[in-house]
Amino acid sequence: MYETTYHRPSTLAEAASLFSGASEARFLAGGQTLLPTMKQRLAAPTDLIDLSRLAELKGIEVTADAVTIGAGTTHATVATSAEVARAIPALAKLAGLVGDPAVRHLGTLGGSLANNDPAADYPAAVLGLGATVHTTKRSIAAEEYFQGLFTTALEEGEIITRVSFPIPARADYQKFRHPASRYALTAVFAAQMKDGSIRVAVTGAGSDGVFRAEAIEAALAANPTPSALDGVSIDPAGMLADIHGSAAYRANLVTVMAKRAVGGWAG
Amino acid sequence: MAKVSLTVNGKALTAEVEDRTLLVQLLRDVFGLTGTHVGCDTSQCGACVIHLDGRAVKSCTLLAAQADGAAVTTIEGLAVGDELHPVQAAFREHHGLQCGFCTPGMIMSAVDMINRLGGPLDEETIRHELEGNICRCTGYHNIVKAIEAASAQMAGLSQAAE
Repeated sequence: MYETTYHRPSTLAEAASLFSGASEARFLAGGQTLLPTMKQRLAAPTDLIDLSRLAELKGIEVTADAVTIGAGTTHATVATSAEVARAIPALAKLAGLVGDPAVRHLGTLGGSLANNDPAADYPAAVLGLGATVHTTKRSIAAEEYFQGLFTTALEEGEIITRVSFPIPARADYQKFRHPASRYALTAVFAAQMKDGSIRVAVTGAGSDGVFRAEAIEAALAANPTPSALDGVSIDPAGMLADIHGSAAYRANLVTVMAKRAVGGWAG
Repeated sequence: MAKVSLTVNGKALTAEVEDRTLLVQLLRDVFGLTGTHVGCDTSQCGACVIHLDGRAVKSCTLLAAQADGAAVTTIEGLAVGDELHPVQAAFREHHGLQCGFCTPGMIMSAVDMINRLGGPLDEETIRHELEGNICRCTGYHNIVKAIEAASAQMAGLSQAAE
């Protein structure tokens, strides 16, 4: 790891002013992606601004219509929250599938979203539920937030403060995990919202990162059961391809995972 | 430089380290607690797992400065005098190690999962919980057996204590 200067602000305002005063600063949330990247010397921020102890970024609030989670909340906290499990069980399940137990003890919702890895889990829930990403500057709809591989609507120095997830009528998350990295080779978050509309978001498969599978949404809108997807195929163009799976393999997995997710609605 | 104060295995320790120092480097190179191992450089192997304020974390994926003020338990802090922790004793009893390199992390993860989930734990749960720890010798079978036995024993002990 290259040299860096560590800062631990006690308020968001202090974090923002530290950021603007540094030449090439990065915010440090749980550090479970940023620190490995720095160890590989693939990132070399001059300054690290630790957000992990900011009380302003903590907490889970559940209302009749939404679950709002502080950006600094760890995956382990979301995975074991009885409130989240009652309101959106698929979200608690998703948090429990990130990485491994030690990673979940440090990694955070905000960190995952700010990084927007194309195989990360949380982007699927944010897009799949049409969540709103709140920041130190504004509120961003899921559709506008994700802008391609490791790219988001966040501006320099903008910090995610919390995320509001609308509570669906039913939802499930199905993940085909890479057995070594635990990242999604392909994973699908499928939801039927309280107004009856269907949202299906796919992570791990798209070459532009998380996306909504419109063909699958249309088929489920007509008939919200797994068998509705029997004839639905996804175009391999636009899918990621690497040594772990071809574009055609991932395209097929999208339908398979979507079927399982809709199957999960029953239970 | 960062001044870091920690409680390590019950003892208050302080050190002045470079900001980029990882917690595992502080534990091993400054405090001499070499039971915590570094097996990979990619945060995947789990040989460096320690407990930070009672939760299992990878000490290679945390800056020492981030841990300032925390209570850390390492593999050296588990035994009481000559008496091994039940998980340590179970690893010996069930041959849960061959070369032993991954063992400190395996045991710290095992203690964490038993603390969080209670016991006795079944094989499926143990294997799922061990996803962040890699062993290249044993094929995991005896590690899982050791944790099964220890979790049952510790559940018995905690019932007896109630």
